[in-house]
Amino acid sequence: MLATLRCMVMRDLTLAMRHRSDVLTTVFFFIIVVSLFPLGVGPEAALLKEMAAGVVWVAALLASMLSLTRLFADDYNDGTLEQLLLVPQPLSLIVLGKVLAHWIISGLPLVVMSPLLGLQFGLEGDELMMLMVTLLLGTPVLSLLGAIGAALTLGLRGGGVLVSLLVLPLYIPVLIFGAGAVTASAAGMGADGHLSLMGAILLLALVLAPWASAAALRISVE
Amino acid sequence: MDKALLEIRELECVRGDKQLFKGLSFSLGAGSLLHVHGPNGSGKTTLLRAIAGLVLQESGEICWNGEQISRQKDEFNRELLYLGHHYGLKFELTGYENLKVFANLSGSDISEHEVEAALMRFGLAHCVELPVKVLSQGQKRRVALARLLLQPSKLWILDEPFVALDAAAVELLLDVIKAHVAAGGMVILTTHQEVAVEVGSLQHLHLGQAQPAQTSQAAVAEQH
Repeated sequence: MLATLRCMVMRDLTLAMRHRSDVLTTVFFFIIVVSLFPLGVGPEAALLKEMAAGVVWVAALLASMLSLTRLFADDYNDGTLEQLLLVPQPLSLIVLGKVLAHWIISGLPLVVMSPLLGLQFGLEGDELMMLMVTLLLGTPVLSLLGAIGAALTLGLRGGGVLVSLLVLPLYIPVLIFGAGAVTASAAGMGADGHLSLMGAILLLALVLAPWASAAALRISVE
Repeated sequence: MDKALLEIRELECVRGDKQLFKGLSFSLGAGSLLHVHGPNGSGKTTLLRAIAGLVLQESGEICWNGEQISRQKDEFNRELLYLGHHYGLKFELTGYENLKVFANLSGSDISEHEVEAALMRFGLAHCVELPVKVLSQGQKRRVALARLLLQPSKLWILDEPFVALDAAAVELLLDVIKAHVAAGGMVILTTHQEVAVEVGSLQHLHLGQAQPAQTSQAAVAEQH
């Protein structure tokens, strides 16, 4: 099982490395959107600090949407997806491998970049740390839930817009608890409750999303 | 022909609103080749995809070893190699990497040497390290076909495998298919090429010979 997972992740990472522009697009989109806010709002330290978590989180949602449509579409177009359906391994495991690779490519860089971007908003030590932890817990959920949307809209015209409409509402809980945790810790309240809930959402998505995406893929390929 | 491994009973497939075939029954034992004939749009590809489990049939049963394939997906997929219209290759990866991924996912542990030997057999010795996207159509098809030599599957389903191949490659593929049938394997293929096997049995299936409006008995299977 682990061999299958590793094989899928390595395959998708190799593909991403040969298409580096796609990976960089996501990261630069995130950096630019987050950086536009201090420029647009003005140098009011208190205001910036208050909206920091929300801005970073919304930018992360949008950035992860960018590459979602291509999660399965490339494999679908060149026929490798139907070959993956015929592999004697559980399809949800293959989907999990693809999602994991998607997170490493488009989620993990956001986590790593976030403390640097948080500095623009005047966040300090603990808040930066909290921002990073919430993103670390939250971005895998974005990839997992997004995979369901990507699988459902596979092969449809205008699938990109449809994915956003399907998936963004599902992202709302992650957004609320993610941004809420940072705000709560900045206000001196504990963020444990928020983090526990995010962990719970992550576990739930980890169990259910690959299975749901696999079912959706079977329908889409037919 | 001894015991039938693959059995199709009263199969009916529908695409959109059009009924492609109905009441289709045949069985295939070890060491046999089924050649599916029919004009364009008669449902050849759909039949092949249905047997592979990629398309859900409207009614009827597809059984492998006496049990429906939908109930034993992993076991059936281990015995199955399906090559469709698409190459099923990642164009950014090399031929070697493409083959390695599928071999690993199928659980067969093959060495670097075996992959190279398979590519070499299909005349791709000089393009082992090239990304598939720079290869010609025929060469891409050859890379896809090299999987036939690497995966120990019993049932091969080949949809138009001869497209884009040159004369030498056609000969080679015919040899590979004959060897597979002779070794007790099973092949289902569609092609406009004449395929003859000396060992094992050869069956022909004609789809869509009746008028499209007629629903019953659209398929005739004859045994040679």
